[in-house]
Amino acid sequence: MGEVVLRLEGITKNFGALKANENVSLNLEKGEVLALLGENGAGKTTLMNILFGQYTADSGRVEVFGKTLPPGMARAALDAGVGMVHQHFTLAHNLSVLENVILGTSSLWSWKLRYKLARQQLLELANRYHLKINPDAKVSSLSVGERQRVEILKALFRQAKILILDEPTAVLTPQETESLFETLTEATEQGLSIIFISHKLHEVMKIAQKVAILRHGKLVATKETKETSPNELAALMVGNPINPTAVTKRESGPVLMELLNVSTDTQHQSKGLQNVSLRLCSGEIVGLAGVSGNGQTSIADLVAGLITPSQGKLHLDGKPINRWSPRQSVLSGIARIPEDRHHAGTIADFSLTENSIIERYRDQPFARHGWVNWQAAVGFTQELIKQYDVRCPGPDTRIRFLSGGNMQKLILGRVLQNDPRVILAHQPSRGLDIGAVHYVHKELLEARQKGAAILLISEDLDEILKLSDIIHVSSEGRVSPPFQRGKVTPTELGGWMSGAAFAKQESMHAS
Amino acid sequence: MRLEVIPHPSLSRRFLPPILALTATVFIASFLAMVAGGNPFAVLGLIIKGAVGSKFALLETLNRATPLIFTGLAVAVAFRAKLWNIGAEAQLYSGAIVAVLMGTGALAWSAPALIPAMIICSMSAGAMLLLIPTLLKTRLGVDEVVTTLLLNFIFLLLVSLLLEGPLKDPMGMGWPKSARLLAEARLPRIVDGLRLHWGFGIALIAAFVIWIVNIKTTFGYAMRAVGYNPEAARYAGMPVNLIMTQTALLSGGLAALAGFSEVAGLKGTLTLDLSPGFGYSGIIVAMLALLHPLGVVVAALFVAGVFVGADSMSRAAGVPTYLADIMLATALLLMVVAVLLTKFRIMRD
Repeated sequence: MGEVVLRLEGITKNFGALKANENVSLNLEKGEVLALLGENGAGKTTLMNILFGQYTADSGRVEVFGKTLPPGMARAALDAGVGMVHQHFTLAHNLSVLENVILGTSSLWSWKLRYKLARQQLLELANRYHLKINPDAKVSSLSVGERQRVEILKALFRQAKILILDEPTAVLTPQETESLFETLTEATEQGLSIIFISHKLHEVMKIAQKVAILRHGKLVATKETKETSPNELAALMVGNPINPTAVTKRESGPVLMELLNVSTDTQHQSKGLQNVSLRLCSGEIVGLAGVSGNGQTSIADLVAGLITPSQGKLHLDGKPINRWSPRQSVLSGIARIPEDRHHAGTIADFSLTENSIIERYRDQPFARHGWVNWQAAVGFTQELIKQYDVRCPGPDTRIRFLSGGNMQKLILGRVLQNDPRVILAHQPSRGLDIGAVHYVHKELLEARQKGAAILLISEDLDEILKLSDIIHVSSEGRVSPPFQRGKVTPTELGGWMSGAAFAKQESMHAS
Repeated sequence: MRLEVIPHPSLSRRFLPPILALTATVFIASFLAMVAGGNPFAVLGLIIKGAVGSKFALLETLNRATPLIFTGLAVAVAFRAKLWNIGAEAQLYSGAIVAVLMGTGALAWSAPALIPAMIICSMSAGAMLLLIPTLLKTRLGVDEVVTTLLLNFIFLLLVSLLLEGPLKDPMGMGWPKSARLLAEARLPRIVDGLRLHWGFGIALIAAFVIWIVNIKTTFGYAMRAVGYNPEAARYAGMPVNLIMTQTALLSGGLAALAGFSEVAGLKGTLTLDLSPGFGYSGIIVAMLALLHPLGVVVAALFVAGVFVGADSMSRAAGVPTYLADIMLATALLLMVVAVLLTKFRIMRD
């Protein structure tokens, strides 16, 4: 038994009737990696926010290095040596790495003085933990993996002895994840202690010595990774063992939708496409893997009708499309599950009924001569609620009060109800708990069985590998050649994600 | 400190804050009346008496509420679709100008033909006036707050130019006012002998129609969708810009009706002081009504009552009429906070 550096004792936090944390106790020992495992909504974030003084616990206490932290003071945790790397980085893009690291550590008046000293310290830290970084590079020019390194360095620079990493691998390629793990191992050897929040089981098994599993706000078990298995952890997380979704082999049908050498202009922050070809066949799930921001949004927007190709052609049923808009996309029988269900998929202040008919409010049976047939709309919504198991007080509930999973179920129902021929599923399971993820996967596979052509865009490689018949990888607005299910390894896909394989392919073409 | 959404607000939670807001408004107004040298306890009574205390007072309040209902509806419709129409004042004057152009002898029609024609034409004028800023917004991304606001001043100068020039009443003894409308062009009184014209009736009908449009028609549905979340509306395939433009036409038309009804119903002539800021007060009315068309009627009656009541109170108690403006401003600010409190609770942590 090592020295206990962080102790959470009997933490309880209620939000109204919701028990976010119920009597949770945890010990973190020096030099260990403790994984905090749990579905979304299991209470991981609440627990960390209490540790950080963002929330005050109803009861229980937080002890760091033997001293009890005063509740509700964010500064106290930082001063005690706890550092947090958030899932969404908190960096200033227009500043350099060094400036980002020292930001907030010294008063403005002594800025110049500390500059030189800070650079030395930063380089020393980078060296010690093998975090390769150029202190003068602008953060905006860094890759996602490098930005995460800056976040870690920021915490270390503030003399953190305990690091909390919130879903650190969600945005990384397999190679970057590999290098993060090396850093973390190095850090623990140097005496740091780490809390690793994740829901990816194999990563937890690999990096952590101990796993604490939260379910519905309660700590259900703490396990040594040596003495457990991914299946056991999954079962503990969900509460009952789940069967992995069975994917049966299936002959693919005719081509329903095709992108032929499509290029698009750069849209705001999303990368434009360069000469992309994709083919969606009936009864087939085409998975598009890749780190976010590499052209996936453009492909999704193209299929959804939000943008049109600047070059190349879009074909539906073998015929080129001339007029293309979101409305045309809906009318062509394309089911669209948007990436951002809160902003693109639903209107928060509309009721479930109003949200259910949003794509078809002008069409029979929901409209007649400009009047909405609310009776038909409510009936349709009740049907969706029943058939897709949407948990809600009723069709009149404003959708903002639904959980992400239930919101997604309503969207799924709305678009799948008409047996669509093409389905665009953009990050369909992001932010959902395991039960809901399972449900989404089941629905997609069922639609595939019925002969739909499905484009699945996801940053979760496991999801892509599990569901897809064909896999493409996008990087920098380009798309890799198709790979058959089971004929490609994650490492190979990683090569395409990082863009290295594209370069290789080009040099082969050149020679 | 942060705000937390209350999923199902109780009845007291929904009605108590607005009532408290109005009570607080009265207290603040009484205090100010005292500072101004009046008797604070008498002020409220005098305002109520001045607003609804007699048949004359009541009719005055209803007359004053009429243009406020129209501009309030105009603003409520536009704001619901997140089109920030601050230009109801200009649209009001455009309706008034059309009423004068058509009603002073240019058309020798009988009333049943002339009045509907005047309504349609003045609504079109207001609609066209708001169309320009809306197209600039949807096509070029020009901020409509600036364009609609500035158009108010441009239009007031235009009215001034017209009243000094082509529209000047030759019999007006040099005053900048237009000729009087013909009898056929005047809105009749609702009840003979009572000084209340049909403009008020049209305003009530308009509020009811807008309410029905909002909740029953696909256009109303689309308008609300675009207002709440244009991104989701666009994703779902709604023609967002077209809906925005149609909303603008409706909003401009409603505001123009205020001008039409003031000229054809109340005044019978166009002067530069036709509107003491009805277009701007319409924003207060719409906000107090939480953009609900039927709420607009209630809010317009309240605002008109305060104006009319404060007017008579100031004469009786010897305090300035500015008190009415302060009361309305206070009511608006407190109401905005009160509405927040009906939807959210404040959490300390």
